[in-house]
Amino acid sequence: MIPEVGQFSLILALCLSMILATLPIIGAYQNNFLWMSMARPLSAGVFVFLGISIAILAYAFVTDDFSVQFVAQHSNSLLPDRYKLTAVWGGHEGSFLLWTFMLAGWMLAVAIFSKSMPLEFVARVLGVLGFLITGYILFMLATSNPFDRIVPLPPVDGADLNSALQDFGFIIHPPTLYMGYVGFSVVFAFAMAALLSGKMDAAWARWCRPWANVAWAILTLGIALGSWWAYYELGWGGWWAWDPVENPPLITWLFGTALIHSLAATEKRGVFKAWTVLLAILAFAGSLLGTFITRSGLLTSVHAFAADPSRGFFILAILGITVGGALLLFAFRAPLMKSEFGFDLISREILLLSNNVILVVAAASVFLGTLFPMVYQAITDDLISIGPPYFNAIFIPLMALLALLLSIGPYTRWKRTSKTYLVQQLGKVALAALVLGVVLPLLVTRQISLPATMAVAIGLWILLAMLQDIVNKTANKATRLKGLRALSFSYYGMQMAHTGMAVMLLGVALTSSFSSERSVLLSPGQDVGLGNYVFRFDGVASVNGPNYIGEEASFTVFEEGEEIAILHPERRIYLATNTPSTEMAIDAGFLRDLFITLGERKEGDAWSMTLYVKPFVRWIWLGAIFMTFGGILAAADKRYRRLRRKQTESNRSQGKSNTLGGELQASS
Amino acid sequence: MKPHRRKKLGIILFITAGLSVAVGFTAYALKQNINMFYTPTQVAEGEVGAGQHFRIGGMVKTGTVLDAPDSLKVNFVTTDFVSDVPIQYEGILPDLFREGQGIVAEGEMDAAGVFQASRVLAKHDENFMSPEVKAALDAAGASADNHMPAGTN
Repeated sequence: MIPEVGQFSLILALCLSMILATLPIIGAYQNNFLWMSMARPLSAGVFVFLGISIAILAYAFVTDDFSVQFVAQHSNSLLPDRYKLTAVWGGHEGSFLLWTFMLAGWMLAVAIFSKSMPLEFVARVLGVLGFLITGYILFMLATSNPFDRIVPLPPVDGADLNSALQDFGFIIHPPTLYMGYVGFSVVFAFAMAALLSGKMDAAWARWCRPWANVAWAILTLGIALGSWWAYYELGWGGWWAWDPVENPPLITWLFGTALIHSLAATEKRGVFKAWTVLLAILAFAGSLLGTFITRSGLLTSVHAFAADPSRGFFILAILGITVGGALLLFAFRAPLMKSEFGFDLISREILLLSNNVILVVAAASVFLGTLFPMVYQAITDDLISIGPPYFNAIFIPLMALLALLLSIGPYTRWKRTSKTYLVQQLGKVALAALVLGVVLPLLVTRQISLPATMAVAIGLWILLAMLQDIVNKTANKATRLKGLRALSFSYYGMQMAHTGMAVMLLGVALTSSFSSERSVLLSPGQDVGLGNYVFRFDGVASVNGPNYIGEEASFTVFEEGEEIAILHPERRIYLATNTPSTEMAIDAGFLRDLFITLGERKEGDAWSMTLYVKPFVRWIWLGAIFMTFGGILAAADKRYRRLRRKQTESNRSQGKSNTLGGELQASS
Repeated sequence: MKPHRRKKLGIILFITAGLSVAVGFTAYALKQNINMFYTPTQVAEGEVGAGQHFRIGGMVKTGTVLDAPDSLKVNFVTTDFVSDVPIQYEGILPDLFREGQGIVAEGEMDAAGVFQASRVLAKHDENFMSPEVKAALDAAGASADNHMPAGTN
């Protein structure tokens, strides 16, 4: 009975979101105050009913209700409670419900934190979001209902959650990634509202910016968590595989990064308006593309859910209607969005434009490499795959170029910057970065490595330029501390995110050039050297968990004769599905990770295993954490709040005049 | 031409030039890195060029997996139930690698006619067959359902 309540609640959410998708938008056209003001309560209603739905699904998991098909497929009575709860997003149906619920959460947030915006605009934004949610719920009810029952004979026990998912990473990665992903739907809705009204000004960009920054920050974190999880769970020592399902979040992220930069130019200078709107549409399209690829079963990947063609068609239809419709509307409205080209060739506008061109080219080439095999197969019927070398060949030079320009950006001024000023400011920084880039790796490794030199030089180029900029900006204040306090949150946010880029770049380059690995066969008591480390295999003992049995090996690691770590990699067999699973052992460190994967028992008591030393690998995720904080810091800037207070007051006074004469609302 | 128009033109030319270079590089990189996918039957019929890097997919033939006792080398045979191709791989196989399961391997054929795999992929879900393996079996005219081990579908 209770799962049916969940389904009923889903249907109620559908009804409300259908009203939300129509009435407020029509109200915005006809200037109907009542219809427009229904947007906020309707959003709250959709959120509440979707919340009830997902809570009931979670309840079905926790109470082992295996008569619900989705629960029977993704849970088991032996599954630990924390995984029972999170198994809600362990499969297609539940994870799509989570996706939709999170969109409703963002929508509620817009409804609450939009007091500074005109009601007409809010009505359109929430209406567009309501339209998306309507599509998503219809999709669920038509093709992937998480509340479907197994009648008349439900299984005694469930099939269990995929053993690779029974991990802490699974608890946090999907929700964070979805949260960031659907955040770009909000930015998309803002862009649609602007296109629908035909009004796009600096105020629009200012409303949009904090939302874009927060969505971007969370998406950054979500992708980084996925990379970190893959690194320690999948057992091949890699942190990025250019997997077709990893790529769409990256495409979205690249468009999103371009977007938050072009929004800056749109807000401050009123330029690149149409471009900014297009980026908002593309970032959203990237997020839907990710959904399509994961859920259509078209590609082979660790992420793919089981295939069902009808789902693929439905998502393709949603993609076609929303993105196609948006682009059509854009084509009609874009000529109205005139931007002035009032800037010189050396100016902040040009630097931001270069940033956008590089990021969009990077996104397009990742898109091409991801989709090309599918298109090729459709045309020639031959199956092909595109390997990581393609992505590396394109991505690495583009990111290096981006990083080179990144330091110059903050030094340029709007409209015009003199060349001599830039040379005078950055010449010394460039020289210092170059010299240190050659010297530092040489001192540490005693050999010259081109990738390391370039990475260190570029990393220092970003960091030193940033430090000098902060020194410059605080020089004129009475004390440095006062100077630091006077700088805005958005400035610190930018510098922090840029620092993150430098740190990530160093991590990627150093771990790629200096990692070493060795696959060996060892018997207990034997040891083997790798780099500066000696790994001694001490033996294997059996360990049993709540829903698995396994064997745990012991290793002692020595550095220059001194014991530095004891590691326990495992091999498990999950009982419900009889699936084997490897648990890595990692000794994590700021400067290097030691990493062991246990293979299997061979002749006698010898075991196969792979040992890895990965220098600076943590810096990749550390960089992402910096970026995340940077994005949130920028969104928390005081001026958005100040504006909110001011506009709330003016809206209130307008609201009063509206009760007298409705026409005034249109001119706000 | 008015100065601001000239500037606009300059920017457009700059973007176009940048994009053309990018498209050129991308197309080149793409061409260099395409891995074709072949079925065991196609390989047996000699459709693969010498020294070509490609992917092969099929089922791991039951009773063919041979571990070398003193190294990490593994030999097995992949099949689409029409033709067989022997595969050698050195390293630790994925968790779900098993006899009777579908796999995809990437590498090249050596002079002895053994596929030297640099990578072996097995799907992390028992009930799922990769589209590539399924295509290989369909192409060979073998219905996957008849050959899957009991208990899976």
